[in-house]
Amino acid sequence: MEKNTTASVSKEKISLTINGTEQQLEVEVWTTLLDLLREHLQLTGTKKGCDQGQCGACTILLDGNRINSCLSLAVMHDGSEITTIEGLAQGDELHPVQQAFIDHDAFQCGYCTPGQICSTIGLIKEGKAKTVDDIRDLMSGNICRCGAYSNIVKVVQEALERSQQA
Amino acid sequence: MASEVIGKPKNRVDGRKKVTGQARYAAEFSVPDLTYGVVVNSAIARGTIKSIDASEALKLEGVLQVFTHENRTKLAYYDKSYQDMDAPPGSPFRPLYNNQVQFNMQPIALVVAETYELALYAAALVKVEYEQAPHETKFAAQRPYAYEPEEYKSTPPPEPWGSPEEALKNAAHTITEEYAHPSQHHNPIEMHASTVHWEGDGRITVYDKIQGALNSQKYVMGIFGLKEEEVRVLSPFVGGAFGSGLRPQYQLFMAVMAALELKRSVRVVLTRPQMFSFGHRPKTVQRLSLGASADGKLQAVIHEAYAETSRFEDYSEDVIIWPGVLYNCDNVKLSHKLVGLDVYTPLDMRAPGGTTGIFALECAIDELSYKVGMDPMEFRLKNYAEKDQIEDKPFSSKELRECYRQGAEKFGWKNRKQAPRSMREGHQLIGWGVANGAWEATQKPASAKAVLALNGQLTVSSATGDIGTGTYTIMSQIAAESLGLALDKVEFKLGDSSLPKAPLEGGSWTASSVGSAVKKVCNKLGEKLLELAQEIEGSPFKNVKIEEVVFEGGRMHLKNNSSTAIALTEILSRNKTESLQAEADSEPSDEQENYSRYSHSAVFVEVKVDEDLGTVKVTRVVSAIAGGRILNPKTARSQILGGIVWGIGMAMEEYSVMDNQYGRFMNHDLAEYHVPVNADVHDVEVIFVEEKDEIVNPIGAKGLGEIGIVSVAPAIANAIYHATGKRVRDLPITLDKLV
Amino acid sequence: MRPFTYTRAKDVAAAVTDIRANSEARFIAGGTNLLDLMKIDVMKPRHLVDITRLALDTIEETDEGGLRLGALVTNADTAYHEQVEKRYPLLSHAILAGATAQLRNKATDAGNLLQRTRCYYFYDTDTACNKREPGTGCSAISGYNRNHAILGHSEHCIATHPSDMAVGLAALDARILVTGPQGERMLPISDLHRLPGNTPEKDTNLGENEIITAIELPPQGFAQHFTYLKNRDRASYAFALVSVAAGLEIEGGVIREARIALGGVAHKPWRRPEAEAMLRGKKASRENFQPVADAYVQGAKGFEHNTFKIELARRSIVRALMTAAKIEE
Repeated sequence: MEKNTTASVSKEKISLTINGTEQQLEVEVWTTLLDLLREHLQLTGTKKGCDQGQCGACTILLDGNRINSCLSLAVMHDGSEITTIEGLAQGDELHPVQQAFIDHDAFQCGYCTPGQICSTIGLIKEGKAKTVDDIRDLMSGNICRCGAYSNIVKVVQEALERSQQA
Repeated sequence: MASEVIGKPKNRVDGRKKVTGQARYAAEFSVPDLTYGVVVNSAIARGTIKSIDASEALKLEGVLQVFTHENRTKLAYYDKSYQDMDAPPGSPFRPLYNNQVQFNMQPIALVVAETYELALYAAALVKVEYEQAPHETKFAAQRPYAYEPEEYKSTPPPEPWGSPEEALKNAAHTITEEYAHPSQHHNPIEMHASTVHWEGDGRITVYDKIQGALNSQKYVMGIFGLKEEEVRVLSPFVGGAFGSGLRPQYQLFMAVMAALELKRSVRVVLTRPQMFSFGHRPKTVQRLSLGASADGKLQAVIHEAYAETSRFEDYSEDVIIWPGVLYNCDNVKLSHKLVGLDVYTPLDMRAPGGTTGIFALECAIDELSYKVGMDPMEFRLKNYAEKDQIEDKPFSSKELRECYRQGAEKFGWKNRKQAPRSMREGHQLIGWGVANGAWEATQKPASAKAVLALNGQLTVSSATGDIGTGTYTIMSQIAAESLGLALDKVEFKLGDSSLPKAPLEGGSWTASSVGSAVKKVCNKLGEKLLELAQEIEGSPFKNVKIEEVVFEGGRMHLKNNSSTAIALTEILSRNKTESLQAEADSEPSDEQENYSRYSHSAVFVEVKVDEDLGTVKVTRVVSAIAGGRILNPKTARSQILGGIVWGIGMAMEEYSVMDNQYGRFMNHDLAEYHVPVNADVHDVEVIFVEEKDEIVNPIGAKGLGEIGIVSVAPAIANAIYHATGKRVRDLPITLDKLV
Repeated sequence: MRPFTYTRAKDVAAAVTDIRANSEARFIAGGTNLLDLMKIDVMKPRHLVDITRLALDTIEETDEGGLRLGALVTNADTAYHEQVEKRYPLLSHAILAGATAQLRNKATDAGNLLQRTRCYYFYDTDTACNKREPGTGCSAISGYNRNHAILGHSEHCIATHPSDMAVGLAALDARILVTGPQGERMLPISDLHRLPGNTPEKDTNLGENEIITAIELPPQGFAQHFTYLKNRDRASYAFALVSVAAGLEIEGGVIREARIALGGVAHKPWRRPEAEAMLRGKKASRENFQPVADAYVQGAKGFEHNTFKIELARRSIVRALMTAAKIEE
């Protein structure tokens, strides 16, 4: 079969700061942030659970805000700062939210967990959750099929208390 | 021996990997020179593929191949080669085998390209023409043709006992009703994926999403004619499965075939819509006729199940055994028929059959209790099964009464008003419901290997899986306890077809089966350590028997004199041994066969139903579980919490909608197939009642993956009845059914 | 996803020029709906104009005393904006009833209004859908139609508009500011979305190369008496089966003004100004709300799986008005 030799999609140069390190990247314009992280940068901690913005497994912090990386074209975020699950621990010391997920057994299979953790950190920063019901609603963008919700809520409550003391 | 590790609420040993993103799942292994496959699925439910035109896709630079039935690799001929370890009787589906379409969204082509995005684009360019044939996906239309399969995958319906029809006729109170639930899809959050690493010498290493690496290995060997040493399957982490990984799914076939043909590494990840294109919990309609005496003694049970299957395999699950397991009744008739439809074969989904059958039975029992005029819990206790009437055997243990007692107390059941619609708060009608349930506590043959290294690190391994159940953790605990080591001195390996054999990770039998093998191999290693210690010159352990020593704190000492001790590492070093290893196979004991072995649950639920709008909130759940020995209260509790969430989904949300025009599940994404979200879950409590069982298996644990779900949906349905006076018999109970 | 070319617009004029210069071009901002639809091959733009760098990301006071929401302000920033929370709490509530925190952090206000229907068939290219492929037929009429319209549908399409925010804006009589090749224009939100008729492929009355630049909120915000009631199949992260945005202006127990918009029932947020007028000068009471609820669903026609919405809408309107009026029973 004769190949159409022109590339099917164009590439753009962008700069992203990922987990504190600035990177110059050349990305195809149709590549999502999620696929960029997972397939090109081997940062597979960010998960693909639906690729449609319907599960929250791909949640990352984009300029500090939690978003679904599956519904974001990498090319549109030139100059942004991205924090993924791989960027939360300080060396061997886990981020307190990571440690709390372990202590409260707030996961089972672990697949939604990075998204839940990033979402928790985003929620704390937003500062809009006042009650347990607020937490439940504001964490509803992260589906946990194993059903660890009540433990996740405990983690978030604890993190909220910690942030208020700080 | 006092437990140092077992029974303690230890954190998951794999927790750190999971919270840092270092746990790698099937689609996440980095292999060199990787290509990406995207599957094309059929648009029709039945018929013939007339043509597949892939020319537009193949023209693209970077598209390597489009595989179809016309250019696929040579495949095995006999059904047997396609039958995996969980295959029901019948003729398994063969991807890309020929031009026949047997169900909608059948995989019919694989596009392989250098990047994922390109493969996805190219897949959209593949044009398919069909010769459509009429399909039948309407359950009701095919129900009159329901049949008894030649061979049941599940327990075949037992012969009736007593005179059920007559007893029903003579009963003071009766009900006859039909209960239904729709097809449901597992929808683990990790989509099914396989990464096949082409090793360059004909061998492949496959990272697969599977509940048993050995099953994928067997499947691949059978179909592609490969030898055991040519295929290694790894699945160290599985992002949920709930049964969807019991059978190898078609992305495995596709990725392996493409890798073998292209001699390249290939990754195939299914999309979320494609997660609705294979096995699912079968739609079931159950007819129950129950009769009771005036004082509430259950006198007759007739339980008939009609369950969906495909046209090519006879899938069945244990739907109808539960009246014989849960209640005492002298007149019982049970039947289980299959309704063949043009769909993919159903597949075990969390507590297959139990979830289904116990839902119907427990709603029917509830209805009958109201007819009799008894408290629903009292009615159940009055008809408590002292033995299993299906197998006619005593229970190895059964603390269900204690579940009721503790659960009712925690819940405050004694404050319940019996009449429906008798409790309210403004617009909210309040209802309290109860249900009980059981799940088999099985032990299967399993093997394990243990290696103690000179640095004191113990590595134990078995080809089982951890789908979030906590296998890594509890096996490490069992090993640590058996040899008296700290938990961090133990590593458990699983999810690798090269490890000692283990059964599929499902059926709630992993803790008991693999746990027994781990215990046995560690004990064996202990014996070897003693033998080795005896060879040390001047050893104080000469002539000492294994019963006379204790392993504790990394040392072995005499039971009656703890100062006569030696560090395990010293045993090795003094013998100039780098490491010491043992292997063991464990099998269920003959004694088990004399008993019926089940875990039990009693679940209490409070709902609040908006009287005008029909919206239901499950405000409280108390789940009391008798599950034998609890190896780790923390991970065990999580299993039960998960079961509760699943029960909420089953009762109120989950529904794979079949469009009969297309013969296709239409709500094929997570926006429209609703699984519970955080806001759906309110106060939930788990109680483990103490239950000693020395028969069920050497560990005494019964497995907890499934007992947590079985009673939840009926307890919710019963609570909704109590709140509203409306008995909804077809799940899910959405607001339209209550308006 | 089909291949596309990509440009970043630096201002509104450039964006409009760029979209005119390219065939089958689309604006992209949050991308939370467009990218989803591109991945499943429902939308196939050949060119994307990235408008995220346009200076349309602020919320400002208008001369008449209302608020102007820049088209690119995110849903989250809008819902949590101090002035919106204070003066237009109905809008905050409507926005927060939709989607998830993650999606609201990315989705923009204009994008929210332009999201496509959640009809199962629209989303599945292996089925017939007049909205996706005009002339192929409507699978939903004879198929599964739980989330479909009961009002204003046509024989060609029974899809609903899925936005919650749009329902809130409809109740607030918001205005949409648009720039196109012919310059600027303003249209009431009731004219933004349209009924399907025999051209269901068109969701809105925007011209081909027009861009929404802002949403204007008039001064009346119903901050005292309002509610957004959303009925759905789970407690969060689900589209509305029936939702009601209600705003009342009450003086001394007498209703001066009433606004009611329904979501989940039609191809656009559903208003019936003549029914709202029935409440003017009346006492806020269940007896007076019921006839309005009946009038709102007059002529409603359901299908196999969504007829329940008619009664649910009726009850929801009454409940929403009762809540807005702070009447306890």
